[in-house]
Amino acid sequence: MAAREPSAAHVALLEKLIGALTSKGILTEAEIAAKKSATEKASPETGARMVARAWTNPEFRARLLADGTAAAEEFGISLAGNPPLGVLEDTPALHHLVVCTLCSCYPRVVLGFPPHWYKSTAYRARAVRDPRGVLAEWGTMIPAGTQIRVVDSTADYRWMVLPLQPEGTEGWGEDQLAALLGAEELVGVALPKVAKAQAA
Amino acid sequence: MSPQFAAGARVQVKNNRPETVMRLHLRTPHYVRGRQGIVLRALGRFPNPEDLAFNRPAPEKMLYHVLFEQQPVWNEGEAGDTLLVELFEHWLEPVEG
Repeated sequence: MAAREPSAAHVALLEKLIGALTSKGILTEAEIAAKKSATEKASPETGARMVARAWTNPEFRARLLADGTAAAEEFGISLAGNPPLGVLEDTPALHHLVVCTLCSCYPRVVLGFPPHWYKSTAYRARAVRDPRGVLAEWGTMIPAGTQIRVVDSTADYRWMVLPLQPEGTEGWGEDQLAALLGAEELVGVALPKVAKAQAA
Repeated sequence: MSPQFAAGARVQVKNNRPETVMRLHLRTPHYVRGRQGIVLRALGRFPNPEDLAFNRPAPEKMLYHVLFEQQPVWNEGEAGDTLLVELFEHWLEPVEG
């Protein structure tokens, strides 16, 4: 991730903290390095592959909805030390939209770092109050007959959406389906669109 | 300990402001305090974040997914739209009938 250089004071503080944790035997340098590497490797491609498999494999779909943590571990993602993952199933009658009004809780293990808009006060304040207005600004029109369920990620779970498989993608392979999905589709601000993959 | 509230139970969120009395890492949004909702499911037990964040003993509390109707909370929105919030058991009271 591109980021500005940390200040010397912050680096010194971090070194003191790491020194205290390692000298007390709470963490090892190797554990810190492994965690850092896993955090930086995490990206929406993982969540996309999980959803694509759920679309093509009913048994995996059932496992994903029953226990997102175990389903992620099938993809080689370790959730040890991370909050459990829950997966919310969209239906023609129900659309899920994920937000964290209190801070920026986000299913990082399967989606990577949260986008800036997800952390913005505007998104956090408005998603719970005017979800249809927010979605319209993303170009996402939810029909009046479809209920919107805004999921405020307030505590110890992290939530990902299992969107509806778009029409016209029947018989597609997992890779082709996964290309329809990014962070926006996996938290519910956008719907997967076939044109996006065709253009890619 | 098993959950006090079963799926489908109607509950009311306590309309408390404990943050005015002591320092707590609260995970109960103000917009649902005093509101009634329906328990969708118990999510399991987690150390109480209100104390955990301040390095106090943090006994595990049952966490629930509680569903609220959008319109009564905000006085706007579309009928049928809902809010789904993770709330701890000690914030919930049973509602009769």
